[in-house]
Amino acid sequence: MAMNNQGRPTTPNVGGDTAAGATFTGNKALQQEEPLIFELDNPGTWGVDLAEPCTDTLKLGPVKPRGAIGLPSLSEPQVVRHFTRLSQKNFGIDSTMYPLGSCTMKHNPRLNEKMARLPGFADIHPMQPFSTVQGALELIDELAKWLKTLTGMPAVAMSPGAGAHGEFCGMMAIKAALEARGEGHRKRVLVPESAHGTNPATAAFCGFTVDPIPAEENGRVSVEAVTSKLGPDVAAIMLTNPNTCGLFEPQIKAIADAVHAAGGYFYCDGANYNAIVGRVRPADLGVDAMHINLHKTFSTPHGGGGPGSGPVVLSEALAPFAPIPFVVHDGEHFRLIEHDADHNATHSSFGRMKAFHGQMGMFVRALAYMLSHGADGLRQVSNDAVLNANYVMASLKDVMSASFEGPCMHEALFDDRFLKGTGVTPLDFAKAMIDEGFHPMTMYFPLVVHGALLIEPTETESKQTLDQFIATLRYLAERAKSGDVAFFQGAPRLTPRRRLDETAAARKPVLRWIPPAPPQAVAAE
Amino acid sequence: MTIKFTKDHEWIRVSGDEATVGITDHAQNALGDVVFVEVPEGGKALEQGAAAAVVESVKAASEVYAPASGTVTEGNQAIVEDPSLVNSDPVGEGWFFKMRLANPSELDALMDKAAYDAYLETL
Amino acid sequence: MRYLPLTEADRREMLAVIGAPSVDALFKDVPAAAVLPGPIAGLPNHMGELEVDRLLSRLAAKNMPAGSVPSFLGAGAYRHHVPASVDQLMTRGEFLTSYTPYQPEVTQGTLQYLFEFQTQVALITGMEVANASMYDGATSTAEAVLMANRVTKRTKAILSGGLHPHYREVTDTHCAVMGMDIAMQAPDPHGTEDLTGLIDEQTACVVVQTPSVFGHPRDFSELAAACHAKGALLIVAVTEVVSLGLLTPPGAMGADIVVAEGQSIGNSLNFGGPYVGLFATREKYVRQMPGRLCGQTVDADGKRGFVLTLSTREQHIRREKATSNICTNSGLCALAFTIHMSLLGEQGFRKLARINHANAVKLAGKLGDVKGVEVLNDGFFNEFTVKLSAPAARVVDKLAREKILAGVPVSRFYPKDPAMEPLLLVAVTETNTEADMDALARALGEVH
Repeated sequence: MAMNNQGRPTTPNVGGDTAAGATFTGNKALQQEEPLIFELDNPGTWGVDLAEPCTDTLKLGPVKPRGAIGLPSLSEPQVVRHFTRLSQKNFGIDSTMYPLGSCTMKHNPRLNEKMARLPGFADIHPMQPFSTVQGALELIDELAKWLKTLTGMPAVAMSPGAGAHGEFCGMMAIKAALEARGEGHRKRVLVPESAHGTNPATAAFCGFTVDPIPAEENGRVSVEAVTSKLGPDVAAIMLTNPNTCGLFEPQIKAIADAVHAAGGYFYCDGANYNAIVGRVRPADLGVDAMHINLHKTFSTPHGGGGPGSGPVVLSEALAPFAPIPFVVHDGEHFRLIEHDADHNATHSSFGRMKAFHGQMGMFVRALAYMLSHGADGLRQVSNDAVLNANYVMASLKDVMSASFEGPCMHEALFDDRFLKGTGVTPLDFAKAMIDEGFHPMTMYFPLVVHGALLIEPTETESKQTLDQFIATLRYLAERAKSGDVAFFQGAPRLTPRRRLDETAAARKPVLRWIPPAPPQAVAAE
Repeated sequence: MTIKFTKDHEWIRVSGDEATVGITDHAQNALGDVVFVEVPEGGKALEQGAAAAVVESVKAASEVYAPASGTVTEGNQAIVEDPSLVNSDPVGEGWFFKMRLANPSELDALMDKAAYDAYLETL
Repeated sequence: MRYLPLTEADRREMLAVIGAPSVDALFKDVPAAAVLPGPIAGLPNHMGELEVDRLLSRLAAKNMPAGSVPSFLGAGAYRHHVPASVDQLMTRGEFLTSYTPYQPEVTQGTLQYLFEFQTQVALITGMEVANASMYDGATSTAEAVLMANRVTKRTKAILSGGLHPHYREVTDTHCAVMGMDIAMQAPDPHGTEDLTGLIDEQTACVVVQTPSVFGHPRDFSELAAACHAKGALLIVAVTEVVSLGLLTPPGAMGADIVVAEGQSIGNSLNFGGPYVGLFATREKYVRQMPGRLCGQTVDADGKRGFVLTLSTREQHIRREKATSNICTNSGLCALAFTIHMSLLGEQGFRKLARINHANAVKLAGKLGDVKGVEVLNDGFFNEFTVKLSAPAARVVDKLAREKILAGVPVSRFYPKDPAMEPLLLVAVTETNTEADMDALARALGEVH
């Protein structure tokens, strides 16, 4: 038999290369070392071909033309490779499970992106005459209708730029309503200790004083704790529901009633609305204002931290104070109310949130998502988000320490009791997850438990992925308990960068690239 | 020379009518690496319990409160330049400010070393 | 449903592991009165991609894209050509579907582009440091005024009549509530406003814009000196960042804070959002700065890397003592800006600015020749104000019917001011052809 011994080997060379991590370039195959764009400067090249200016005449008034700026020059292929390599240093939902509690990292459908890029939405100027943007105004109106119907609320302010901005909008509406009632003296806002940091920040920003409400042993806020704080100076309560521990507040309606009876308003932080969308209407819980993070509940991309969009649904009592602008329909056409006087005598907006009319690009994406799911699908979204979180909770509670009795809603909260005595911190534990290919959960939040580990799987993870995630966490929990501290403290080992020195970064901040000093300057030092 | 402690983890060391104030070893340990401090300028009048200085680590920001009433005579520029002194020598070179006491009897209500150590045990 | 990976069998198995009889049982904490028995009424059920595409495309078709007609709209949002590679790169899933870089080991991509963005912003504005972006130019302006309040411990802010009206309103909304006293100046269509006499010992800051909303480039060197003499900060807003490729930057005029709308670079018009706010200042004020910051450091192996830094200024740590309540930045829009700016480079950015200005010189010449049209500006970048002999809003509506987007009538911002009624803001960019300009000149001539 003629044997062909030529050609490539088809089994790996076992035990051959012991220094697999070290390469000549510092690159590791798909992981490329990439300099700053400024260090790639290739003078004499450019990445955009531009025509010559049609005249050299300058009419700049009193201002002189500027000198050199210091930007680098690169051709298009160099720029494309640079940003492609940068992208390869990121985890995204597309590449792995990203169970960042409270942030709702669910799948971002690409249909949303396609729709937002239709020239009829992406290439319209915010100040075009209304007659030329009827479809855009109709889209805003349609999205507003969905948000109002889903929440059961009568009005919605569309323009806030993100969740925290929505909180500001809601609290400003409350402030305006109190002043209109002649009760501007109400300055105290009740905020549970478990709240997102943005809640007390927003209340303070609006000129209120913050009065914290302690959490109960079971992670919930009790109606007694709230009523004991109520008084004639209370403006509002800011309550997250489901709360930051991933629990539905069972006494929420009673709390709302008590706050209303005392003359205050109920601001609901809607960051966790994705757990109940399509199943519970916030209006039925007594809410006066609630922001909705379109990038959480309605799948617009998180994009490395924005842009977000934070429409705020408002009750009858607060609706007259909604910010400008807003869309109205006069029976035939849509138009924007950009000044109070354009509308009617009763509207008295507290002001304006942003230039122009809100995050239109995010509105298109959110509506594409809502239409895709429909009323039935959105209910299933809540069901599956809650089911996934409870499955994770049930599958890990014997090896990790669950903070509260379940069932939980869309996120499962653990604390660091299971790591007690091991020398492994929640941070170490999270870093070991990275080497296993998972983005860590949220750590050290909420503050009401020690060493919090908040897992939000979302409804877009399959059971297969969840099972692998659960198996990985079980393995890591056992390994931590076995005393292998060095393994955890050295993690991650397989990432483009290992743990970074945040102390050095904060003590001597370097916030921009500075060109290296020319040689003679070095000599002069 | 006596040293007293507050429940907010400041220490105050008195020498005559002048006192030096800083944060305790427990506090620096809880904060982690200190990256930034803001100290009061000389001449600033402080009420007992008033926010007098700021200390920030990578993960936390806190106010340092005046353990007693008085007037600031000096802020420690050395820790402004090198905040790591607060970690390496919190009760020595890592002091925050010196003050002239308005009412030295206020110190009577503060804890001595033994009482503070006992207090830390309860946390 | 295509976005949901669980099968009915999965759901049953998972419920068994949990030990719950049904998913409804997991919602047991919801008050009985608030439990909905089925899907919310009044909304359609799920749809396929084809159906959603059809529905939304129909809505999009009811709009007139600015690129489909001669368009001269500006006033804080500009139509520029965005190279194809910008969108291709920014929609890579690793950028699009990542979040705030809380875990720097697996988000060096985001962190590095933010560091590059901060450097680009500092360079073009002529400032020392910049943050990782804000919601938009208007909220950046409001945040700058609040920062001036923290730095100076004073409460009065003087807002120029050349500042974009929306920026004025947004600043008023965000700052008055913090106890600031906003001194709003009258609209300044001729670019002659002099604010030096208004600055006093209570003044925290003066907020001006160049080119102003009426298109006038302004040299604020003397105003900066006057501010500094009284211990106030000078805040300079820029709504058209392309102008920074040609004009002396605010940093060189002595500005303490520069805020800008970055939409022009990398971002579509999007009917007004999302955009990207730029924020730059002097190094000495960095700890008073709002927003996220990315900083350089080293990792455990001593390699250069990047992290979010100085985060103790932010609300998740400082809570009610935070420097601002802004949580997200405008990451993706900042990425688009960074990519587009990288493609342009030194030469391209400067040339783009010169093309914009040259087109404006040409258009101003053409419109100046039209009977009944008066160009108010001696100087401008790519936008100027013309005075018509008829109400500008009516002319704009008429021209829209003729498929020309003529500009922004000033009355849309200042509806009750008769002096503003005949004024039209006209902007021109590299996307406008000579035929576009001739069409506008001809149409305006026919109005009179």
